[in-house]
Amino acid sequence: MQTYTPPLRDMKFVLTELHDFSRLTTLDAFSEVDADLAETVLEEGGKFTSEVLLPLNVPGDREGCRLENGVVTTPKGFRDAYRQFCEGGWSALSAPPEFGGQGLPETIGMMLSEMICATNLSFGLYPGLTGGAMVALRKYGSDELKALYLPKMISGEWSGSMCLTEAHCGTDLGLLRTKAVPQEDGTYRLSGAKIFISAGEHDLSENIIHLVLARLPDAPAGIKGISLFLVPKFLLRADGTPGERNGVLCTGIEHKMGIKASATCQLAFDDAKGWLVGAPHKGMQAMFAMMNAERLGVGIQGLGIAEVSYQSAVAYAKERLQGRSLAGAKYPALPADPIVVHPDVRRMLMTMRVNAEGCRALGAWVAMTLDVAEHAADERQRRDAEDFVALMTPVVKALFTDLGFESANLAVQTYGGHGYIADHGVEQFVRDSRIAMIYEGTNGIQALDLVGRKLPPHMGRNLRGLFHPIAAFIAENKENPLLGEMVTGLERAFGALQLATGQIAERGMKDPEEAGAAATDYLRLIGLVSLAYLWARTVAVAVPKSFAAGPDQAFYGAKIASARFFYDRVLPESASLYLKIKAGKASMMALADDAF
Amino acid sequence: MKVLVPVKRVIDFNIKPRVKADGTGVETAGVKMSMNPFDEIAVEEAVRLKEKGIATEVVAVSVGVQQAQDTLRTAMAMGADRAILVLTDVAVEPLAVAKILKALVAKENPDLMLLGKQAIDDDMNATGQMLAGLLGWGQGTFASKIEIADGKATVTREIDGGLETLTLALPAIVTADLRLNEPRYASLPNIMKARKKPLETIAPADLGVDVTPRLTIVSVAEPPARQQGIKVESAADLVARLRNEAKVI
Ligand SMILES: Cc1cc2nc3c(=O)[nH]c(=O)nc-3n(C[C@H](O)[C@H](O)[C@H](O)COP(=O)(O)OP(=O)(O)OC[C@H]3O[C@@H](n4cnc5c(N)ncnc54)[C@H](O)[C@@H]3O)c2cc1C
Ligand SMILES: Cc1cc2nc3c(=O)[nH]c(=O)nc-3n(C[C@H](O)[C@H](O)[C@H](O)COP(=O)(O)OP(=O)(O)OC[C@H]3O[C@@H](n4cnc5c(N)ncnc54)[C@H](O)[C@@H]3O)c2cc1C
Repeated sequence: MQTYTPPLRDMKFVLTELHDFSRLTTLDAFSEVDADLAETVLEEGGKFTSEVLLPLNVPGDREGCRLENGVVTTPKGFRDAYRQFCEGGWSALSAPPEFGGQGLPETIGMMLSEMICATNLSFGLYPGLTGGAMVALRKYGSDELKALYLPKMISGEWSGSMCLTEAHCGTDLGLLRTKAVPQEDGTYRLSGAKIFISAGEHDLSENIIHLVLARLPDAPAGIKGISLFLVPKFLLRADGTPGERNGVLCTGIEHKMGIKASATCQLAFDDAKGWLVGAPHKGMQAMFAMMNAERLGVGIQGLGIAEVSYQSAVAYAKERLQGRSLAGAKYPALPADPIVVHPDVRRMLMTMRVNAEGCRALGAWVAMTLDVAEHAADERQRRDAEDFVALMTPVVKALFTDLGFESANLAVQTYGGHGYIADHGVEQFVRDSRIAMIYEGTNGIQALDLVGRKLPPHMGRNLRGLFHPIAAFIAENKENPLLGEMVTGLERAFGALQLATGQIAERGMKDPEEAGAAATDYLRLIGLVSLAYLWARTVAVAVPKSFAAGPDQAFYGAKIASARFFYDRVLPESASLYLKIKAGKASMMALADDAF
Repeated sequence: MKVLVPVKRVIDFNIKPRVKADGTGVETAGVKMSMNPFDEIAVEEAVRLKEKGIATEVVAVSVGVQQAQDTLRTAMAMGADRAILVLTDVAVEPLAVAKILKALVAKENPDLMLLGKQAIDDDMNATGQMLAGLLGWGQGTFASKIEIADGKATVTREIDGGLETLTLALPAIVTADLRLNEPRYASLPNIMKARKKPLETIAPADLGVDVTPRLTIVSVAEPPARQQGIKVESAADLVARLRNEAKVI
């Protein structure tokens, strides 16, 4: 059964014990925020997600979305849940106060997102896309557009979509064909067909604000000729309320593997009226602002699924009686032992556990740094924070979604045959989480972004925010008896990462295919080392606290055991990744195309 | 009309309570604590009365440790206007709570006391009744519906045989049952606002109440583990076992 209790204790640990929450509370923007508020907000958010969104997850998957005469109907209960979500102010959580947002840190917003994605990934896409669209509008929209659209998008009354993909272009947006023709009144008319547009049409909000990539008549060919436009589903009347229907029509919705309650739409733009966002031909810049925010958000989808998969698997493993413990019956009164006693089941549960907790710790680190990047008064501090976020965005996106899918798969395995059939709801996690590895730039593209765009600038300056603290931690803790062998393990994996980085820099410079061949393994390696660093720090925090009696003792004890499992059973993968990277491209590229 | 709503901080209803190793009580240190669900219903009802224009002020009260502030903030996030914490580390018994509430009634002059019918930690189901006794007010316990008009409260009560409707002259005591309403989720803006609402802290001594427990807890133990059931062969077998083994017939 889909089982979920919001992981509030771990969130609190990550925010205030592992990381330094005062990094946020010392920023002017968050002078009214404290750990208590964060806890209260997450607790209420946890109630909403587990009590309102989770019960809609299975029925939403079964029912899916329907398209009739251009109108998309979401599954039963979604409209009401969305209304409650907006009335509760959740859509406004981290939005800027000058447009009616609550102005809370993105860090808290991401933890709320984690709970939304855990309980109902499909639902999460609707506010998620609005969030991405708002980022582009905030950063690149004119003041007039912002004033007209942002407040209603923040309140959730209007939602957003991001229209990039066309049938012949997904990854390579330079090929896109949608046209925008300038009008005398300064607006544009857009024509073309988009596909795979999440939340492109639905019945949750009273207007949909599409952010559309298109080409101006005088555009240079390729990626440098793309501009971004705002195209509302309903044009606004003079008083700012939605009026006449614009020329955007939903011509189809996809039948797909998962996230069935999220409408994935084909949209036809037929002389649709639009407004330019940002400068002409500079659409990709704005698009990246939107995509970077979204990529972190998609990473968090992986984390959410990892958590709910873990919890659902644990619940079953404690109930399912099958076989006897290899160490002799542990529950002799029962006809068989619960499968939680078996080492192989433990392997699965522990892997899922460290996936979720590790990603939560890393996600919070990146999110806090994102808040610093946005709000720090000091320019240098902002720049350093931006560098780190730039580096870690593809890592969070690809690593978290890979691990989320792995966890979903392990949950099915833990359920055995009962996981494969629909009744228990865990196969849905596999289907739902699968898309997160594909959209917002496939994980392969994330890896290329990491090695191609994030490593090279300024002689690898982006790496500093990660490598310096790890190196310092190793130097400071070499003799730390609390950590024991862990520091050695970290040092070894970090050494492999440094060597791999050097090799990619060197070989990749001469032959970009070498960098391409290493990219996916390199991303996983940097991800594992980041997690290893955070697990070691977790132990340094948890050990002294684990001596005090009380229920928290079990919490810290479990943290330490989980860290050990990560070092024993997950981190060794870094050695194999290093060997794969070292092998280079030769065997990968040996076959001629037509030999396949 | 002023409504006073006492709220208690208890172990969250999702948590399985554990007896302390030394058998002196239930472990609460580090355990997730929340507002007693029946009190949540009482707060919701009070806030609804305010939204309907019947109540003018809703005051939440808690008797307990410093962290009960969180519970009061929750009540204010749901819509209570202000809060009073009667601060004590003693595990107060219902009679002491009732006495404290009586003293607060003298100070605050509410027209209605809306309580939860019982707290889910000890399930005493006593505070409201004791308070009614101390104040000499009418009481409508286990309420599933409340209507206020013309200085009277009409209360539908859940009783063993079905429903009973009472009319109480105000001021009165009403205790909330499960079906009275479904409490709202606190909205984000209201959570933020609640942090700025007034929260006054006073000591039981300021109210002239002695909270020293009158009961002595001898020991607290887990209920015995349930024996595994068996399938009986036939009706005759069942009767025989009930007679000879269980000795109930
Ligand atoms: C359910 C769903 C929702 C979506 N929502 C949206 C949305 O809201 N808005 C939107 O605009 N789009 C959306 N998309 C589209 C999604 O972003 C694209 O599917 C994705 O970017 C991949 O593009 P593609 O499908 O054309 O695959 P392709 O680009 O054809 O890629 C196929 C494979 O080739 C690899 N590949 C391609 N180019 C390279 C390269 N240069 N180097 C190495 N490998 C390469 C890819 O990694 C992939 O494995 C959605 C898709 C789905 C399925
Ligand atoms: C589509 C489908 C078709 C099927 N077809 C047939 C069929 O034709 N005929 C038929 O008889 N059956 C069939 N089955 C049943 C299938 O063989 C079982 O589901 C499978 O053997 C697993 O058993 P289980 O589902 O009870 O899982 P469980 O035995 O409950 O296992 C749950 C988890 O616990 C682990 N586990 C259990 N015991 C131990 C142990 N001692 N040590 C370590 N780990 C342990 C398992 O590895 C698994 O991860 C089918 C099932 C499905 C879903």
